[in-house]
Amino acid sequence: MAAKVDAISNVEMQVGEESYLTAKKGLKSWLFTLDHKRIGIMYLGSVMFAFLLGGLMALLVRLELLTPGKTIVGPKTYNQLFTLHGAIMVFLFIIPSIPASLGNFVLPLLLGAKDVAFPRLNLASYYIYVFGAIFCVYSIIAGAVDTGWTFYTPYSSTTDTSVISMTLGVFILGFSSIFTGLNFIATIHKLRAPGMTWSKMPLFCWGIYATSVIQVMATPVLGITLLLLVMERALGVGIFDPQLGGDPVLFQHFFWFYSHPAVYIMILPGMAIISEIIPVFSRKTIFGYRAIALSSVAIAIIGFLVWGHHMFTSGQSELATMIFSMLTFLVAIPSGIKVFNWVATMYKGRIVLRAPMLYALSFLFLFTIGGLTGIFLGAIAVDIHLHDTYFVVAHFHYVMMGGTAMAFFGGLHYWWPKMTGKMYSEKLAKIAWAITFIGFNMTFLTQFALGSQGMPRRYYNYLDQFQPLHAFSSVGSWFLGLGFLLMVLYLLASLRSGEKAQANPWGGATFEWTISSPPPEHNFHHQPVAKRGPYEYSVEVGR
Amino acid sequence: MSELAHKGHPEYLQHHFAEAAQQEDASKIGMWLFLATEVLLFSGLFLAFAVMRQYHYEAFREGHHHLNKTLGVVNTLVLICSSLTMALGVRAAQTSRKQQLINYLVATLLFAATFLVIKYFEYSHKIHEGLLPGRYFTGEMHEPAVPLFFGLYFLMTGLHGLHVVAGMIAIGWVLWRGIKGHFHSEYYTPVENVGLYWHLVDLIWIYLFPLLYLLP
Repeated sequence: MAAKVDAISNVEMQVGEESYLTAKKGLKSWLFTLDHKRIGIMYLGSVMFAFLLGGLMALLVRLELLTPGKTIVGPKTYNQLFTLHGAIMVFLFIIPSIPASLGNFVLPLLLGAKDVAFPRLNLASYYIYVFGAIFCVYSIIAGAVDTGWTFYTPYSSTTDTSVISMTLGVFILGFSSIFTGLNFIATIHKLRAPGMTWSKMPLFCWGIYATSVIQVMATPVLGITLLLLVMERALGVGIFDPQLGGDPVLFQHFFWFYSHPAVYIMILPGMAIISEIIPVFSRKTIFGYRAIALSSVAIAIIGFLVWGHHMFTSGQSELATMIFSMLTFLVAIPSGIKVFNWVATMYKGRIVLRAPMLYALSFLFLFTIGGLTGIFLGAIAVDIHLHDTYFVVAHFHYVMMGGTAMAFFGGLHYWWPKMTGKMYSEKLAKIAWAITFIGFNMTFLTQFALGSQGMPRRYYNYLDQFQPLHAFSSVGSWFLGLGFLLMVLYLLASLRSGEKAQANPWGGATFEWTISSPPPEHNFHHQPVAKRGPYEYSVEVGR
Repeated sequence: MSELAHKGHPEYLQHHFAEAAQQEDASKIGMWLFLATEVLLFSGLFLAFAVMRQYHYEAFREGHHHLNKTLGVVNTLVLICSSLTMALGVRAAQTSRKQQLINYLVATLLFAATFLVIKYFEYSHKIHEGLLPGRYFTGEMHEPAVPLFFGLYFLMTGLHGLHVVAGMIAIGWVLWRGIKGHFHSEYYTPVENVGLYWHLVDLIWIYLFPLLYLLP
């Protein structure tokens, strides 16, 4: 009962009070804001722009691959396009996407806090992101990188494209990522509402916590790797150059020591969102709260120990290869635990197929395919055949795009009413989701076939026999582009003409739904108290 | 509850914290995590050093003979002294002794500057002899991988030197706040955190020195 009273008094705006969007006016009030909600919105705009940029490059890559030989661009431009697609999508879109935009916005709300622990650091991390992004964009103008997003030496230390500005950009972006992670860890430790024990915390926070730990522990290693690469080019130090007594495989170890955990920086926040959406739209308490929470931590830990599976064919020792293969299989266990618990949550639930739930279901479907094909690649014998083929491309797009991006858009639709105070068109949202889902599978399911038949990744040209599948994949990418275009349009339209959102449009039980949409500047009028679990809908169902 | 807290908010307590202890704990967690990232940043260099030393033991041995051990020892002592004055400064802040805090912070700054001056002389000597990284190496050598050693030497000490400069800026900042009288026994977290950072910078040198200068 008391929880209900709290909720109602928090929802009511006090007379004359404005939401966080209108409380302060003018450009300056945005540029210098310390409000986590506004910073989240600024991040959202930026990562969506990066997604658009990276997406356009993907469309160009796919268009080039429509026919063998030259379709629209030459081989060097093609190399630059797929490199920039990868680098932009990884460093400017996926890594900051969920934590820095949605996480910034909702994490303090879910915890019942007024802000993150370090609001100034939060704003600084945004500007560092922008600064790093400027370097990356500059590198596109000044002779775009053609090394692939992995910057493997010795090619990256000899190519005439602008490796230094791109890697410096990524180095700077790393600080932004570290600061966000550090901020969230401190926030989760110290700013939970009274009564919110670790086991009463919404699962989104657990996922973000695990992500933040990886961000803080892995990113510095990427930083030093890229710094060494810059020095390699600038001074010819030789650590990664066999001609000077260095070791190029050492670079791969350095790089993947960050970049494999980074894969979990990308997927864990996606899983965090799914853990929020599925119980709300199944109208049922989450199944296996503890298992889902701890499996996030398990993924974060095991994720640090598997980087060697990227080097099965790079001349790494056989023993190391076997150990890394075994450890790689271990990651499948916590991932599987999550999927089973989400499915069990839906079992005998009252499933409501609104847009966020559709995205969550497609996540389940696509992530499972992506995860299982990862097992194929972790098996040494199979990997020798599939290594560096389109099978790998399909696998990580199923995880990154089918998993993380789908979850991101699910979360965007889930919290859009809270963030903007407006409802989008449910009908258009469903149509766009269907187009995206079909387009995605057309594009990437095909690539599993291509890869297993021996089509290598990153190649500009290919044998005629692959043409039908490549063409099918390219046509799929147009559907994908169309779906996203439609999404952007109806979301933007909702800002102008969307119906006003209620405080709790989906009937969620977490704190963010107890305050008005959009929230007031200081989030809560009264400090909320966690008297029940985050998924106990029986207490307070409906609006 | 939060309304009550608002009325009793001291100046140093940010609006989103309910009480001072919560703010202090949060800052501490943040600082320790940041220190962990610093250790990991340097760990990459230590790893590269270990691997390259394994590959080119003779060259590394030849390279380290070119380093000035005396200056290395002096600099190590200078940094250890600076850690002591920093720790005493933190103690002064905790016990609300403003003038002592200022004195100790100024002493720490002077030690840090001494370190950089000595490093400057070391560097100019190396540059003079052409003992430079990679393709800029023009000095004498018997082993072909000596430039690799100097590449790592300059990277590791250079990155550490940047951290010393960053530490000096941070100490300057708490010094300025100390002069304005911001710190007292109720609130001294920034001094403590800058102290932690400074100790880490010293600690990294404590590892760099034997690795580069002494290891046979």
